[in-house]
Amino acid sequence: MKRGVLCVALAAFFGVAASAATAQTLNTIKQRGSLNCGSNGTLAGFGLPDAQGRWAGLDVDFCKALAAAIFNDPNKVKFVPLTAKDRFTALQSGEVDVLARNTTWTSSRDTSLGLNFTAVNYYDGQGFLVRKSLKVNSALELNDAAICVQQGTTTELNLADYFRANKMKLKTVTFATADEALKAYDSSRCDAYTTDASGLAGERLRLANTGDHIILPEIISKEPLGPVVRHGDDQWFDVVKWTHYAMITAEELGITRANVDDQAKSDNPDIKRLLGSEGKHGEALGLPNDWAARIIKHVGNYGEAFERNVGQGSALKLSRGINALWNKGGLQYAPPIR
Amino acid sequence: MSVTDTAKPKTAPGPALIYNPRVRGFVYQALLLAAIAFLFWEAASNAFENLARAKIASGFGFWHNTAGFDISQHLIDYSTTSTYGRAFWVGLLNTLVVAVLGIVFATVLGFIIGIARLSTNWLVARLAAVYVEVIRNLPLLLQLLFWYNAVLKVLPEMRDSLLLPGGGFLNNRGLFLPQPVFKEGVGLVLAALAVAVVVSVAYHFFAKRRQVQTGQQSPVLRVTLALVFGLPLLALLLTGFPVDFLYPEKGRFNIRGGMEVLPEFMALLFGLVIYTAAFIAEVVRAGIMAVPKGQAEAAYSLGLRPGPTLRLVVIPQAMRVIVPPLTSQYLNLTKNSSLAVAIGYPDLVQIFAGTVLNQTGQAVEVVVITMGVYLTISLVTSMLMNLYNRRVALTER
Repeated sequence: MKRGVLCVALAAFFGVAASAATAQTLNTIKQRGSLNCGSNGTLAGFGLPDAQGRWAGLDVDFCKALAAAIFNDPNKVKFVPLTAKDRFTALQSGEVDVLARNTTWTSSRDTSLGLNFTAVNYYDGQGFLVRKSLKVNSALELNDAAICVQQGTTTELNLADYFRANKMKLKTVTFATADEALKAYDSSRCDAYTTDASGLAGERLRLANTGDHIILPEIISKEPLGPVVRHGDDQWFDVVKWTHYAMITAEELGITRANVDDQAKSDNPDIKRLLGSEGKHGEALGLPNDWAARIIKHVGNYGEAFERNVGQGSALKLSRGINALWNKGGLQYAPPIR
Repeated sequence: MSVTDTAKPKTAPGPALIYNPRVRGFVYQALLLAAIAFLFWEAASNAFENLARAKIASGFGFWHNTAGFDISQHLIDYSTTSTYGRAFWVGLLNTLVVAVLGIVFATVLGFIIGIARLSTNWLVARLAAVYVEVIRNLPLLLQLLFWYNAVLKVLPEMRDSLLLPGGGFLNNRGLFLPQPVFKEGVGLVLAALAVAVVVSVAYHFFAKRRQVQTGQQSPVLRVTLALVFGLPLLALLLTGFPVDFLYPEKGRFNIRGGMEVLPEFMALLFGLVIYTAAFIAEVVRAGIMAVPKGQAEAAYSLGLRPGPTLRLVVIPQAMRVIVPPLTSQYLNLTKNSSLAVAIGYPDLVQIFAGTVLNQTGQAVEVVVITMGVYLTISLVTSMLMNLYNRRVALTER
């Protein structure tokens, strides 16, 4: 018994010890020949493998874009499914190179966890899913309701804050995974299920009678979701951040998967810089100069990835909303590539 | 050494220090200890250095920070504004309550099944055998999920709650019972109960001595029952029932007021008891079979009936064999309670090694504390069981 505990303790120490030894993340990935991407694995629209084991989702596409930029092959990614509870430990310990798992950017996660948030690839907010038969029209009517929630999320904290601020009584039932929480809601253990609004849209589709459930209008929090890397490797931080910005810039300039080859002949200096025929912007990142062209060719621009995974081309049918480009009334904005 | 040396053995130098087996043994052990200590020191300092380099917060300062999350079952006051430290105690108590109740029920059920398996009644023995073989050969996690789903699926929904006699409710949100609220004068009732217990114990010793001296038996059970129930009841009557009940009532979503037993708790307790009882049953069977048949036969030939034979002759001897493996089962049950995390019961692992770890990100500290707690619980359980074992162990006269 005692010895077992010692072994576990040692493993914990060495596990942490291994993490800081990976300052050169990009080189490690190149040598390994594939990217390790921490993903959700159970959330439609963001990260979910299909029946053939092919991963799909907005976060999945982000990792594919990274692989495309590094290897010119979007399939050189190993997806590691993580629960909300385990995700930060997996990133800290070096098990994954990047965490693209609908993770909310908060100050404490950005500082005390030893992690850096790179960019926001989906602006979300927390909502509630309830049964129609309850005849509830607003989250403010949920006083005394039992609410199923996933453990280790900002959702869990926002929920408690919202009920406290509105002087309502709360009964939470907390589960380790979203699957278990949703299942408990489905067997009417809880009156409501809460998570990010985009997640609710995806989870609702997995319930037996989708039509019996509605999403309440209140959005009770800001949930900027984005990919995360470890502290201490600025080069890799830049690569991840600019991969997102390249996809935004491509949408802004109207470069799509279909027309990227034609656009390469364009005279527009912005396009030339993005696609690498002018300047050495890829080299500065430790990537080839056509890095952005590779991303667009294999994955597409941000708008394409959005529509395919969570927008009109998907079962979720979410509108762009605040995730539209800055010049179309949204918040997605990329610093210039020059 | 030359031959002349043997002439004066007293002053002969012993074998050189390096060949002295005791010195050697000591040196080797010291070296091993030093190596282990070095390994640990190195690992710990390495870990903290790396944590500092990656700018991951470390230390125990988080203990007093506000937790900000809700916990469904708390035996002590807890709200979302309480600290992480408070959340730790809530989780620890939740673990202890399920472990203690689980141990009590699993022991009772295990003894019954174990004895039933040795029954001369064919049907009873076979049923017990089937129970043991089925339950102990299925993974516990699977069983817990089964019981949790069974609880949620079998029990009615909130709107069609079962009304229990005495004003309670049962539905898939839990078991809701009237909560006693004590008013003035309840002290007398408690005092009466205390007196009843003390007198019962005294009477038990008196009866035992009387039997040893005169061979006459006394109605211990009946007197004890009369005292323990009668005296407090009398006190209740005299003080005019100083107890009010807070009845649960249906609210819009949930049942309000009263005492609440969560379905997660019921499922976890049920699963742990059923599973561990199967192992305890085998331990009990082994213990009883280890008592020579002659002991029971001797008791029968003295005219004792099967019941008293089992109780007075066989089980006291079997306990010597039963107690050590029984301790392991108690430890297993306590540690298995951490599987609660799968069915949403807020035990220590779920709250502290789960939510708190995740919200603070301080994995090393939180995991070390959690391991320390389980180690302490296990060592204390072992210690108590060893004390008991010393009492039942064979005393040679």
